[in-house]
Amino acid sequence: MIQLESYLIISAIVFVLGIFTILYKKNAVGILMGVELILNSVNLNFIAFARYIDTYINGQLVAIFIIILAASEAAVALAIILNMYRDRRSVDVTKMDEMKN
Amino acid sequence: MIKLALFIWLLPLAAFVINILIGKRLPRKGDWLSVGAIGISFILSLIMLYRVLVDYDPNFLVQGSVPWIDLGVLKLNMGLYLDNLAVIIVTAVSTVSFLVHVYSIGYMEGDPLYNRFFAYLSLFSFSMLGLVMWDNLFGIYMMWELVGICSYLLIGFYFTKDSAANAGKKAFIVNRVGDFGFLIGLLIVISTVGSFNLTTIHQAVGQGVLHGGLLTAAGILLFAGAVGKSAQFPLHVWLPDAMEGPTPVSALIHAATMVAAGVYLMARLNFMLTFDAMLVVAYVGGFTSLFAATIAITQNDIKRVLAYSTISQLGYMIMAMGVGAYVAGFFHLVTHAMFKAGLFLGSGSVIHAMHHSMEKTGIHGDPNDMRQMGGFRKKMPYTHITFVIFSLALSGIPFFSGFLSKDAILGGTLAFAMSQSNPIHYLLPTFGFVAAIITAFYMFRLIINTFYGKPKNESLFKHIHESPKVMTIPLMALAFLSLYFIYTIPSISPAGPEGGWFTHLIERPISAVATQLGHPVLFIPEHTEHAAHVNGMLISIIFALTGILLAYLFYYWKKIDVEKFTQRIKPLYALSFNKYYMDELYQATVVSGLLLWNQMLAWFDLHVIDGIVNGSAWVVRNFSFMDGWIDKYIVDGLVNLVANMTLAFGKSVRKIETGQIQNYILGAVLGAFFIIILTMI
Repeated sequence: MIQLESYLIISAIVFVLGIFTILYKKNAVGILMGVELILNSVNLNFIAFARYIDTYINGQLVAIFIIILAASEAAVALAIILNMYRDRRSVDVTKMDEMKN
Repeated sequence: MIKLALFIWLLPLAAFVINILIGKRLPRKGDWLSVGAIGISFILSLIMLYRVLVDYDPNFLVQGSVPWIDLGVLKLNMGLYLDNLAVIIVTAVSTVSFLVHVYSIGYMEGDPLYNRFFAYLSLFSFSMLGLVMWDNLFGIYMMWELVGICSYLLIGFYFTKDSAANAGKKAFIVNRVGDFGFLIGLLIVISTVGSFNLTTIHQAVGQGVLHGGLLTAAGILLFAGAVGKSAQFPLHVWLPDAMEGPTPVSALIHAATMVAAGVYLMARLNFMLTFDAMLVVAYVGGFTSLFAATIAITQNDIKRVLAYSTISQLGYMIMAMGVGAYVAGFFHLVTHAMFKAGLFLGSGSVIHAMHHSMEKTGIHGDPNDMRQMGGFRKKMPYTHITFVIFSLALSGIPFFSGFLSKDAILGGTLAFAMSQSNPIHYLLPTFGFVAAIITAFYMFRLIINTFYGKPKNESLFKHIHESPKVMTIPLMALAFLSLYFIYTIPSISPAGPEGGWFTHLIERPISAVATQLGHPVLFIPEHTEHAAHVNGMLISIIFALTGILLAYLFYYWKKIDVEKFTQRIKPLYALSFNKYYMDELYQATVVSGLLLWNQMLAWFDLHVIDGIVNGSAWVVRNFSFMDGWIDKYIVDGLVNLVANMTLAFGKSVRKIETGQIQNYILGAVLGAFFIIILTMI
């Protein structure tokens, strides 16, 4: 049987990948992808813990909840990005510095 | 009785109020209103006098009062005090006032301020009647000031004339000096006795609540009020000037009633005069009687002669009050009111005629000047006859009222001197007797110059005519009231007022001072009084006749050349003619002293007070300037410093905000790391 730690390690790697994607991508869509990565790593964690520790299915429930949330979040975020692109003909987040100073 | 008195008192007030407000629009300018009001008062006062005469009780007294002002400690009542004294004087006042009102219809005819004149007369009647009827000193004082106001208003009635306006002011200001004394006297009474009521004061003085030096002081200070109002030396200077007013006013106010208010006050307060206070009263009165008489000899203004004569006669009354001849003094007050009012009205009639004649002939001059008159006897028969009657009464000739009262005073004075051990008090009868000669002399000088001899100004004489009936009838009425038997009924002996209703009804009040000390303050034995009276009567008849004889020698038969005689006694003549330089003396001392003092005060005000004010303004201004500087540079500087510091800090801190979302996220991640590391340690 596969150990719990393996899941956690995989989840951590995906999480860190997500973080770095958010930090280094200039493309807004890329950042959205990073966010999805983070959410999915968290999902993985929830399910793993649910399988190994919890006798109930709370973890699975939360994971499903997160998947729905991620879907709606992606829809909203993509709509924002689309409008942003329409406005400026670009989706480069480094140029979005109107709040500077 | 009280109701009757209230009607007598308040009717003239009602007439005044209506007349002053709408008098101008009433038919005949409202004179009938004033005359009617005082006429009813006159009739009612006769009814009151009749009741008193029916009673025939020397101790007759009706009192009534209602609460008026309640100040907790001090309760003042408004009340009437009607004894024989009050009733008789109310009758006298309303009689003279009524006759003067009637006379004024003729005298003031055509005057632009006709209705106002009558309104003032009504106000005066109201105040004067109130003055003699109030039962407490406070009310008397109030009315006292009211008559003063009326006097002021009526003296300055021809206010477009400077001299009249000034005379009004002079009367008011000189009276103020006396009234100040009156006020202090009142304060002494209220602070010791605690009440203004006459009866209460009488009891309190009798019990010794107010005694000794303070009582003397109170008496003398209250007398000071009388000195001012009754024009006694040295405050007599206002009365001659008061002749600037219309002649009916001179008759009513400045001869018969208001100036007698001082005598009335002395009569009312006679019970509280100590012996020392009485001496002061007697000497002031005695000196004034002689002093004023000597001035009257040389005056040429017909009204001024009468004015000085009034001062002199008031001196007699005051002297009588001082020597204890209470009844005589009061008697003289009443008889004098009648014949002196008559004299003034008579002179008014002459002046009226002169005035009209001057208007017709176009001569400009003084209608009062005796040097323009002469020989009016044939043209003005009624005025002439009544004038002679009044003069005889004033001179003290038997069968006229003045003889009775004047003799009584002179007799009383003599009795006083005889009863005192100190011979210096013989000065008082001397003053009186010498003044009696002079009185007869100047009165007949006046008559001879006005009515006898050749007219001195033919063109004026041509237009002289008798005054209308409305003016001569009051004269005749007053002449009738100057006959002796009016005052001696039921006795008809012309020798003295004894046995008459007057002396029966008026008695000298028991001195409260005497009850306090337990022995009489002033005791004049019966036989002395009698002897003095007989002697006094004889001397005074002789002296009066001498005076008349002298006047005839000088002015009628011209046995003695007046001009030459005048030259021979030039300094004396000048002294009398210039009224002993009293006006100049006051001008030099009091008036210029006051002016100097005022100038000093003005200088002080201008330099010291203004200097202090300006100095303080300078200090405040500079302080404000400094204050402003501190505000501007230090306080504002601090506030700006704080703001600037915040601004600079904000500027430097702002750099963190890059606007790059990823920077923020990095911060958040690093922060999370930091927290994780911290928890792990």
